[in-house]
Amino acid sequence: MSQKETIVKVLRYIRRYRFRVILSLVLAAVTVALTLYVPILTGDAVDLIIDKGLVDMPGIFAIMKKIGVVMILTAAAQWIMNTCNNYITYHVVKDIREDAFHRLENLPLKYLDSHASGDIVSRVIADVDTFADGLLMGFTQLFTGVITILGTLIFMLVTNVPIALVVVCITPVSFLVARFIATRTYSMFKLQSETRGEQTALIEEMIGNQKIVKTFSREESVKQQFAQINDRLEGCSLKAIFFSSITNPATRFVNSLVYAGVGIFGAFVAIRGGISVGRLSCFLSYANQYTKPFNEISGVVTELQNALVCAGRIFALIEEEPQVPDAEDARVLKDARGNVALDHVYFQYTPEKKLIQDFNLKVKPGQRVAIVGPTGCGKTTVINLLMRFYDVDQGSIAVDGTDIRKITRGSLRTSYGMVLQDTWLRAGTIRDNIRMGRPQASEEEVIEAAKASHAHSFIKRLPQGYDTVITEEGGGLSQGQKQLLCIARVMLTLPPMLILDEATSSIDTRTEIRIQKAFAKMMEGRTSFIVAHRLSTIREADIILVMKDGNIVEQGNHESLLAQGGFYSELYNSQFAI
Amino acid sequence: MSGMKKLFVYLKDYKKETVLAPLFKLLEAFFELMVPLVMAGIIDRGIVDRDMGYIGRMGLCLLALGIVGLVSSITAQFFAARAAVGFSAKLRQALFDHIQDLNFTNIDKAGTSTMITRMTSDINQVQSGVNLVLRLFLRSPIIVFGAMIMAFTIDVKSALVFVVAIPLMAVVVFGIMIVTIPLYRRVQAALDRVLGITRENLTGVRVIRAFHQEQKEEERFTEGNRVLASLQMFVGKISACMNPVTYVIVNGAIIALIYIGAIQVNMGNLTQGEVVAIINYMSQILVELVKLANLIITVTKALACADRVAAVLEIRNEEPGAAKPGVVSEASVPPFLEFDHVSLTYQGAGDKTLNDVNFKVKKGQTIGIIGGTGSGKSSLVNLIPGFYPATEGTVCLEGSDIRSIPEEELRNRIGMVPQKAVLFKGTIRSNLQWGKSDATEEEMWEALETAQALEVVEGKAGGLDAEVAQNGRNFSGGQRQRLTIARALVRRPDILILDDSASALDYATDARLRAALRRIEKETTTFIVSQRASSIMHGDQIIVLEDGEVAGIGTHEELLERCQVYQEIYYSQYPEKAGDRPEGKNQPEKRNEDGSANAVTGGAGGAVKNTDGTGGGAAGDDKGEAGAGKGGR
Repeated sequence: MSQKETIVKVLRYIRRYRFRVILSLVLAAVTVALTLYVPILTGDAVDLIIDKGLVDMPGIFAIMKKIGVVMILTAAAQWIMNTCNNYITYHVVKDIREDAFHRLENLPLKYLDSHASGDIVSRVIADVDTFADGLLMGFTQLFTGVITILGTLIFMLVTNVPIALVVVCITPVSFLVARFIATRTYSMFKLQSETRGEQTALIEEMIGNQKIVKTFSREESVKQQFAQINDRLEGCSLKAIFFSSITNPATRFVNSLVYAGVGIFGAFVAIRGGISVGRLSCFLSYANQYTKPFNEISGVVTELQNALVCAGRIFALIEEEPQVPDAEDARVLKDARGNVALDHVYFQYTPEKKLIQDFNLKVKPGQRVAIVGPTGCGKTTVINLLMRFYDVDQGSIAVDGTDIRKITRGSLRTSYGMVLQDTWLRAGTIRDNIRMGRPQASEEEVIEAAKASHAHSFIKRLPQGYDTVITEEGGGLSQGQKQLLCIARVMLTLPPMLILDEATSSIDTRTEIRIQKAFAKMMEGRTSFIVAHRLSTIREADIILVMKDGNIVEQGNHESLLAQGGFYSELYNSQFAI
Repeated sequence: MSGMKKLFVYLKDYKKETVLAPLFKLLEAFFELMVPLVMAGIIDRGIVDRDMGYIGRMGLCLLALGIVGLVSSITAQFFAARAAVGFSAKLRQALFDHIQDLNFTNIDKAGTSTMITRMTSDINQVQSGVNLVLRLFLRSPIIVFGAMIMAFTIDVKSALVFVVAIPLMAVVVFGIMIVTIPLYRRVQAALDRVLGITRENLTGVRVIRAFHQEQKEEERFTEGNRVLASLQMFVGKISACMNPVTYVIVNGAIIALIYIGAIQVNMGNLTQGEVVAIINYMSQILVELVKLANLIITVTKALACADRVAAVLEIRNEEPGAAKPGVVSEASVPPFLEFDHVSLTYQGAGDKTLNDVNFKVKKGQTIGIIGGTGSGKSSLVNLIPGFYPATEGTVCLEGSDIRSIPEEELRNRIGMVPQKAVLFKGTIRSNLQWGKSDATEEEMWEALETAQALEVVEGKAGGLDAEVAQNGRNFSGGQRQRLTIARALVRRPDILILDDSASALDYATDARLRAALRRIEKETTTFIVSQRASSIMHGDQIIVLEDGEVAGIGTHEELLERCQVYQEIYYSQYPEKAGDRPEGKNQPEKRNEDGSANAVTGGAGGAVKNTDGTGGGAAGDDKGEAGAGKGGR
């Protein structure tokens, strides 16, 4: 995305607030004009204070009144302008975030699976924030800065051309100095951030796994490792910070050159009567104001460039191809009977790596299908296809005779109750988590579901029972307990079909059996798909799919597969080979 | 504020710098404040007296002031940078060392992710805060008060305007700061919420889509986002007051100065040039205040972060309870390892995790520990290296309380394979050196062989020097697990603890591993924690845990005879062996009747009852099902 395109897109968001933008621009002009007017008034007043007995008191009173009015107006305009800018910035940011989130909810799983979630989060949060800072700064400082420069320039040229030329000639020097320093320090900053990255990696590794560090009594050696990086970081930080901090004194020095130049040159002009003392004092304060925005603008420009880069990253997310929307005539699947048919299905995640090829399967209502195979063999892929997290490349999957691409995603997915090995709970109360699929469920139903999934007894023992708030990582709960909650969540929705992907892998075998019994009762007459590596779990299945390297190598029931003496029997027997 | 104060300790090595930096700032400010005086001279003597030479001399004087200012300013920046960078380097090291020294209880309490943020982003914020304060923040007060003092040297009456204006401005600046700091905290909280929802929707995308909650999630996000925007607007409105209000105060002061100046000049007490100088001083204050306002947010953020950093530094390790002196056991030859009425309650937890655990272990024995999820298996083995101190009772190694053995000495005798198989960035060799820093090539290969990890190393280019990515990402779960076992073995520990360490291994590899462990020459006492009966059934002793209490200790055969919990576990994993189950020898028979009753009244009802701890019903159920399974075959 080119910078120009990004700017166009940003402008499209801002357009909604165009009246406020115009107001803000007008107010910026007003503020600057009034701010520049005050030194003129002050200068005029100084010209009225000439010497003992030569003071025009009534004139001074008039000017004082004027300054008072101008000052109140300036303050008011400034405040309204700031508020306007805040409004525009925060609302644009809000709109962008909303659009980004909306897209997030509609992105195909393919995108989300292949992009680190941390990166996406940082786009929605950190990048948008940086963009907001840049935008706000752009609004408040860039406009006023440019207008201030123009305003002072015009005034100075009108008042006295030679003195103005002195100012105009010297000021760009400060610009150059700032640039010079910035380019020289760039490599130092790069080194600093690289070293910092290295240190952060070490911190994450060692503090993240601190118990292991302590287990092996490696604290001292880890501390030394840290100290070594820390020393390097100190060295390059010092350089980067010191050399970049010269910018300020250097530009200030240039400013004082401007000031001295105006002072001397102005004084010579004043002697010849080319300018009054009041005007000269006014000129001096302009000299200060004129150079200031130059320094600011160079800062703002880098900030804006940074903001545009961030905006580009967010827009890239927002413009990502969404999943194919549900077809217009898509059917709403209601009370599915549980006929699932996979017909010559082909699927692969990446074109290079073939995965599922010519996969056929017919599941009658109420049948239990188990999928087995070593880790990484593609068991989860089947689930991805059934849930339509991914679409098949060729062939079709049908539920109750309808191709799932002709069923609305929502109704297809809610027809399945899904429990995954990767337990996911949201930050919130236990009750909210269980009720996720059916927010209107009554307290009794929630408890009923929790009891059926054997979660009730541990929930009861938690400090606030069902109102206990759990964190995003489910902190405080063991993996097994989290799995029980995920099961309760599905138990509550009573879907017509079930998908259990290693749903009980972290639960001890005794509890597992109890849960399976609850499942068995629930699954009565419901079609279910079970992924498991504990072969004891799947023995009862009607159909067992044995997968290896993405292919279905064997298909049948426990007895027939054992009789076959193939891969399944090998897997099964290894369990008892002691 | 208090947090920052505690962190000042780390500035003490930079006393010289912290004094010199503001001192040179002061010098710079002084030269800057001379400028209006020189200008007043140019106006009053140069212009009025038409003294060209004087103007020239004063011009050079201005230039000289600029150069001296530049030099002292750069010097100040240098010392400031040195102090700030040195300070944060010291602080970072201190915090890292401190965290490394925390005990397990405190690690749990503080939380890993929190500590990582404190270590990284919080400290960076503090560093930039200190930097700003030393470099820029101190400049503003110096200029403000310097300007006032200079005004006094010119004219006392005019200077009184400064005396009124400066406190007024201070009230405004600090008032807005005090009001907005808590508000910024709320903004941060609102942003955290938006971030939380976003992250949830990424990590839980499958579940959310499976429940078709996309619409509701968007509503949740929109609401969080709206709250954030309106809070930002609110804070924005207040901080937007800063510049206009200070502007009004400064210009009000200028009006007053013009008035007083006019009267004074009229009376002949003051010259025109001096009035210009005084007004200039006031304008200088305005410029400084605008700069200050821009810095305040960074400084307040740094203060908040300093609090968070200081909070971590304040965590202190409690002393574990005093060790019982001398030999505890009455036996003439103390057992190798003994748990004597040991209970453990985690800090902040209500219930005991382990309750009155008693057992003795002979040197060289293999101990299996089995039990349900959350029954306290890991907690039990974590007591052996003293990761957590026993709340009651004692753990004794060769007769002495482990609390009396120096931590490092104790841990060096133990090879621990934790549940989570983590490797560190480096090479396979450097990871194995964690177990023993001076391990020879031979020792490493031997450990790898026992751990069934030879094929892992041979499969990687570079052998022992094959690269290991952070967290061992470039190895599969099973490979990592075998390497962590090798890491523990390389030190040839007296006690080897495998905490559910074979869960990612297939049954065949698991079996080979256990066979290899038995072949180790050195007399190693091995603890195996597992949920798989097959992993522990050949142990010399098996400890069965249930809800933190010992439900049975003995060999596989003994437990199968008399320990009901063990029976349940075993038969749930080996249903086909249920037929060989000894009949009519023990209690479960009686329970069988309850179980049948439950089975008749319906599975769900029975299940509900079981959760409340009536294990009997479950036992019956299990047996019933197992029997049925067998019958069907």
